[in-house]
Amino acid sequence: MTAAVLFENVSRHFGAVKAVDAVDLEIAAGEFFAMLGPSGSGKTTCLRLMAGFEQPTGGHIEIFGETAEGVPPYRRSVNTVFQDYALFPHLSILDNVAYGLMVKGIGKEERRKAAEDALAMVKLPGYGQRRPGQLSGGQRQRVALARALVNKPKVLLLDEPLGALDLKLREQMQEELKTLQKSLGITFVFVTHDQGEALSMADRIAVFNDGKIQQLGTPEDIYKRPQTRFVADFVGSSNVLSSATCARLGVPAKAASLRPEAIAIGTSWAEQLSLPGTVTARSFLGATNRVSVDCSGEKIIVASPAAMPVPDIGAEVQLAFSRNDLHLMEEA
Amino acid sequence: MSALVTPATILPNRPSLTGRLSDFLWKHPHVLLAILLGPPVLWLGIIYLGSLFALLLQSFFSIDDFSGLINYEFTFATYMQLLSDANFDIIVRTVTMAAVVTIFSALIAFPIAYYAARYAKGKWKAVFYLGIMLPLWSSYLVKIYAWKLILAKEGILTWAFTKLHLLWLLDGWLSLPIIGGNSLSVSYTGTFLVFVYVWMPFMILPIQAALERVPGNLIEASSDLGGTPQQTFRHVLFPLALPGIVAGSIFTFSLTLGDYIIPQIVGSSRLFIGQAVYAQQGTAGNIPLAAAFTVVPIVIMGLYLWMAKRMGAFDAL
Amino acid sequence: MRSDRSASAPLGLKIAAIGGLAFLHIPILLIFLYAFTTEEKSYQFPPPGLTLQWFAVTWNRPDVWAALTLSVKVATIATAIALVLGTLCAAAVSQTRFFGRETISLLVILPIALPGIITGIALRSAFSFADIPFSFWTIVLGHATFCIVVVYNNAVARFRRVSGSLIEASMDLGADGFQTFRHIILPNIGTALLAGGMLAFALSFDEVIVTTFTGGQQSTLPIWMLEELIRPRQRPVTNVVAMVVMLVTFLPILAAYYLTRDGDQIAGAGK
Repeated sequence: MTAAVLFENVSRHFGAVKAVDAVDLEIAAGEFFAMLGPSGSGKTTCLRLMAGFEQPTGGHIEIFGETAEGVPPYRRSVNTVFQDYALFPHLSILDNVAYGLMVKGIGKEERRKAAEDALAMVKLPGYGQRRPGQLSGGQRQRVALARALVNKPKVLLLDEPLGALDLKLREQMQEELKTLQKSLGITFVFVTHDQGEALSMADRIAVFNDGKIQQLGTPEDIYKRPQTRFVADFVGSSNVLSSATCARLGVPAKAASLRPEAIAIGTSWAEQLSLPGTVTARSFLGATNRVSVDCSGEKIIVASPAAMPVPDIGAEVQLAFSRNDLHLMEEA
Repeated sequence: MSALVTPATILPNRPSLTGRLSDFLWKHPHVLLAILLGPPVLWLGIIYLGSLFALLLQSFFSIDDFSGLINYEFTFATYMQLLSDANFDIIVRTVTMAAVVTIFSALIAFPIAYYAARYAKGKWKAVFYLGIMLPLWSSYLVKIYAWKLILAKEGILTWAFTKLHLLWLLDGWLSLPIIGGNSLSVSYTGTFLVFVYVWMPFMILPIQAALERVPGNLIEASSDLGGTPQQTFRHVLFPLALPGIVAGSIFTFSLTLGDYIIPQIVGSSRLFIGQAVYAQQGTAGNIPLAAAFTVVPIVIMGLYLWMAKRMGAFDAL
Repeated sequence: MRSDRSASAPLGLKIAAIGGLAFLHIPILLIFLYAFTTEEKSYQFPPPGLTLQWFAVTWNRPDVWAALTLSVKVATIATAIALVLGTLCAAAVSQTRFFGRETISLLVILPIALPGIITGIALRSAFSFADIPFSFWTIVLGHATFCIVVVYNNAVARFRRVSGSLIEASMDLGADGFQTFRHIILPNIGTALLAGGMLAFALSFDEVIVTTFTGGQQSTLPIWMLEELIRPRQRPVTNVVAMVVMLVTFLPILAAYYLTRDGDQIAGAGK
């Protein structure tokens, strides 16, 4: 089956700045794909390369098997939900949604019906006559979605789609987006800097840094088996143990990652590894306590369930964890 | 959403002329840029810069004293003439006037701008805005004419002073050396008043823009830290408004520097740069000297703009 | 400055601000008063009596009509040229990234930043250099040059608001460059262009300094007024013309204000 989006050794350099640097990427049709990374990591540029707003300075891009470089955005069956939604302020909601059909020359009645259907799909039926300025952030987001989906794109691109929404709305939209994607079967590619969002929504994630893909895999892969220190750090703030600490544990590795929630304080039993240390700080986070422990110069963060007793600062403790939770890395 | 199936991922070229042209321009953004920039740049470059350059070139020629014809040989003689006492006086007089006008414009403009930026809201904001814009944009000549009416011996000002029994004050002022004169309309004081009136509105909007950019909590922070209103003004508000004042002063200074109509209509017979240029190119027919005279405001404004840019004044424009 | 909403201004500031505005407006009000005065030979205040007769006299003056017609013609054509050139320039500067943008902005602003007399004398000597006789078109040429900046300033301010993502969104939805221009860019910058055009018209209609150098024998309304100012011959007619000019320039300014009031301001600093 042809990939929905294929990047072969794609680069986008702005002078000396390598926004995207020799990226290989294959997104399957019907996939919900996330591009995760800090700002300036190249994820948004990759999205813009798919949309056609940017052209690669090197490499080759295919969308459903067809060459995409050199093709203007308006000739790609790819639509974008913009970060700031980019709704046309001078047009009604209905005209906004029908815009894509209008410029393609679809008849007035047909495009009005299609636009109304699309608005109903994003749960905004009857909002057609309003103006973008009269809607809330969440509603504008839905309009932006309807405006893109009404064109039946082969690939839908979403640029930080939930970034401007508050927490509750964001969680609700995450679910809705996922349901929508499964029911429509359209390939969704979305860009985010929020690892929680990527983990909860995506089928697969590409973690970007410095214009390169650091790791590509399922959310579980990325979370549990980070391949580089950057991924371990960026996705869920893992502890990264140095080679010296690894040696003390009898593990032959240059570095290893260890999730804070995989560590227990004070108890250890057979089959487990343990490290002695001193508590240097602690803070209450609701469901967990965050405890910082100094283990011979290596600072380790422990996420201890709130139900467990918390040792005082200065207390000598044993940290215990399973060998399976220790993920060895080929550290650069 | 029926029957709107797009068969291909990449849609074919549109056969229409605009479709093809659009593709072409999209692929060659430099061509688009050239099409956009070409006409204005050619217009300004050829008509304006070309003329300006030709004018500056002429300042390096000289005039033959006997025939009155221009002698097309490169020389600094015309510039030397500029430094003769009479001409140098004109320059000093004009620059001094421009500086004084600028200072007074800032003093009058600041409270208006400050009030408009900080206290006027809703309807009053609009009233202030229009109250500033209307005099700014209304006819330059009519404004001067209004002052001719005001400053005339039989005009409103003399009438007001008489009614207030303050005529002695006006006469006393007019008897002062330099700034006085036979009547207000032929004195430097009159020229100065009209200059301030006509150019001061240009000072208000940049100051207002700069002040509006000062976040309110900055002022709260200052008074929170124990600053008296005077201290807050001096250490917080004034430095932040300064780019606006400098931006506004570019206009008041430059416009005063080059004006030749106001001093011609209201003022003494002593010349300003603008009048000198006008007289040299017109009645005297000495284009090289006129050109050299125009170089003075260009150089002064060049220095001024350079300094203003370093102070970040352009962000307030 | 969103704090102290409830606080009112200190009295001193209030007086200074209102006094400043009064200083700006009282002379303008005087113009309206003098148009009705019965006094013919001087600028006597208070006017000895009020009359409407000078309006009729002015109405029947062919020289005033000729000057007015010329001014309107020049302003219309200069505005049209400035609209095209200013919009093109604003589009280039705000929609594309290229080397030398600052230089372009400077080039546009220069005709207004440098004293008018320099623009005037430069054009005059260039015309005589190139053997171009003074005519209607030499006036238009000069006016269009300094009107560009007004349109440019208004258009640039609006283009900045028509964020790049609107244009990208349009293209993304399948509109080519021309469709995007027609359906997105034009409706969004339309009012700004109209406002810029109005102000350009007001600027040209009122211009005198450059015109004295590029006008030759013809007189626009400001030139007519200037002659009256230097050698007053018919004070009552001048009074009426002054009032009419004032009213004629107020209208486009008010219109421009209402066209642009939500959001960007009229780029007044560009005069």
